[in-house]
Amino acid sequence: MRDNQQLHTVHRIRDRLAQCLIYSAVFLVGAVFIWILADLARGGIMHLSWEFITESPRDAGRAGGIASILISTLLILCVALIAAVPLAWSTAILLVECMPAASSFGKTVRFSLHVLAGVPSIVFGLFGNAFFSIYLGLGFSILSGGLTLACMLLPILTSTAEAGLRAVPDTYRLSASALGMTRTATLIHLILPAAAPALAAGLLLGIGRALAETAALLFTSGYVERMPGSLLDSGRALALHIFDLSMNVPGGDMPAYASALVLVTLLLCINILAMKLAYGLQRWRIMT
Amino acid sequence: MNANQDDAFTLGPLEAGPVCCDPQPVIQVKDLSLHYGDKIALDKVTLDIYKGCITALIGPSGCGKSSFLSAINRLTDLIPGCCVNGNIFVYDQDIHRSDSNVQELRRQIGMVFQKPTPFPLSIRRNIALPLNEHGIRKQAEVAAITEQVLRDVGLWAEVYDRLDTSALSLSGGQQQRLCFARALALNPQILLMDEPCSALDPIASGVVEDLICRLQGRYTIVIVTHNLAQARRIANYAALFWIKERAGQLVEFGRCQHIFESPSHELTAAYVNGVRG
Ligand SMILES: Nc1ncnc2c1ncn2[C@@H]1O[C@H](COP(=O)(O)OP(=O)(O)O)[C@@H](O)[C@H]1O
Ligand SMILES: [Mg+2]
Repeated sequence: MRDNQQLHTVHRIRDRLAQCLIYSAVFLVGAVFIWILADLARGGIMHLSWEFITESPRDAGRAGGIASILISTLLILCVALIAAVPLAWSTAILLVECMPAASSFGKTVRFSLHVLAGVPSIVFGLFGNAFFSIYLGLGFSILSGGLTLACMLLPILTSTAEAGLRAVPDTYRLSASALGMTRTATLIHLILPAAAPALAAGLLLGIGRALAETAALLFTSGYVERMPGSLLDSGRALALHIFDLSMNVPGGDMPAYASALVLVTLLLCINILAMKLAYGLQRWRIMT
Repeated sequence: MNANQDDAFTLGPLEAGPVCCDPQPVIQVKDLSLHYGDKIALDKVTLDIYKGCITALIGPSGCGKSSFLSAINRLTDLIPGCCVNGNIFVYDQDIHRSDSNVQELRRQIGMVFQKPTPFPLSIRRNIALPLNEHGIRKQAEVAAITEQVLRDVGLWAEVYDRLDTSALSLSGGQQQRLCFARALALNPQILLMDEPCSALDPIASGVVEDLICRLQGRYTIVIVTHNLAQARRIANYAALFWIKERAGQLVEFGRCQHIFESPSHELTAAYVNGVRG
């Protein structure tokens, strides 16, 4: 009887301890995020205004705003996604739907993607400079920056899409086939919708990666802060702007803080949007 | 849309199915061998499935019953490393001929799996999607077929007012009947069932069993079951599979009564009497 009582106490203490550990981990993760956000807000909120968003930078970024930077960033991002997403997702579809999981082709592709994912971004920058800027003659331009980013995004987009597609239960494929549905129809009507949240999550990760990228763009899209006139103009990305302001421009701390605040807010919004989107898509699929 | 006939099945009473007195083969399996890589799952199985009858496949786990079923509608094509040899004729057509239409074959042969496999869509869309794929797109026609098949499986009264909710919100037994409805919607002549009751609770299982009995006579049915009592209750013919020399083989095939009461093979006698297996 007493042994039981003791055991019960021990169990209770252990439960409490585990609970404490888990809660403190959650608290720590939340705290880090809030700290960064608070620090950025403290430094940048004074400098932030409507003009800051809508005006182009003056005096190396000390004055004026970041309008041209935002446009360049957006253009680079669009180029990167338009180039990378179809390639990455069709590769993932090929790997999951048309190849046996253990095929040597699949293994080779997966291995090269892993290697590619580990390559530091500065190397991508140098490659992009050599290949897109010089060899293909695109020069320092939004196009060459975007294409370089696309190469960088390929592994993350492909592997998240592949994992998402593989997580779709095989029973869907079997029962759809047993009902005489073609593979393409099964893919469009069942597998892609089921994998949509995973695809959206991967896309998000990719967008986050792209928005935060600095080194790969240094040698490809350049750091001209003017408003870009076309995709062949050089354009400075937001992250690069922050880097330049805080490293190379004396007295650029305030605009750097403000720009960083804009960047983080942007990332936050994209995250929330994509989550809502994925959820909505799932609901909509069920309703129709 | 109303459910005035409540639980009424449109298929009529249980006794309505014709008795199988004149066996007409619909599926002829000749020397079927099936390998997964090096592993032999089935070795030279020859078997006829008769029109309008229920044929039960019994035998211990791993003796190739599921593989046999998937070979009939060529679902084995989807499994990498799976190799099928021998001939299968469905309505005198060799299904492995290069010019045979797999999609049409699978429309003709409905299949229900062990675990209910509704799509993560609405109940309505679960039935409409395969119909659309087979060229039936008119809203009114699809709605009519949906109501018809849901009544056939006795699900209409339970779901007519929530056709747009997710099929995953149904109970296991309801999901399984939805899978039956989905297969019936394509107007098949043959139904393959792979242990359709074994993932369900006894009550739901009983409902599905009643449903299978009502389908008898209208469809040619091949059912895998581990429940010998069930096989005995519903089947007209039974086939016993067994693993011999690490390969699945057909031991005995015959009328259900014959298999259960006077089997000619000692393995069959041992299995149906619960001595082995
Ligand atoms: N996809 C597969 N890959 C490899 N071996 C398989 C596969 N499916 C079944 N098998 C093997 O084939 C044999 C027959 O399996 P199955 O047809 O599922 O038997 P049953 O349905 O009678 O239990 C088993 O030994 C099983 O291990
Ligand atoms: Mg089985």
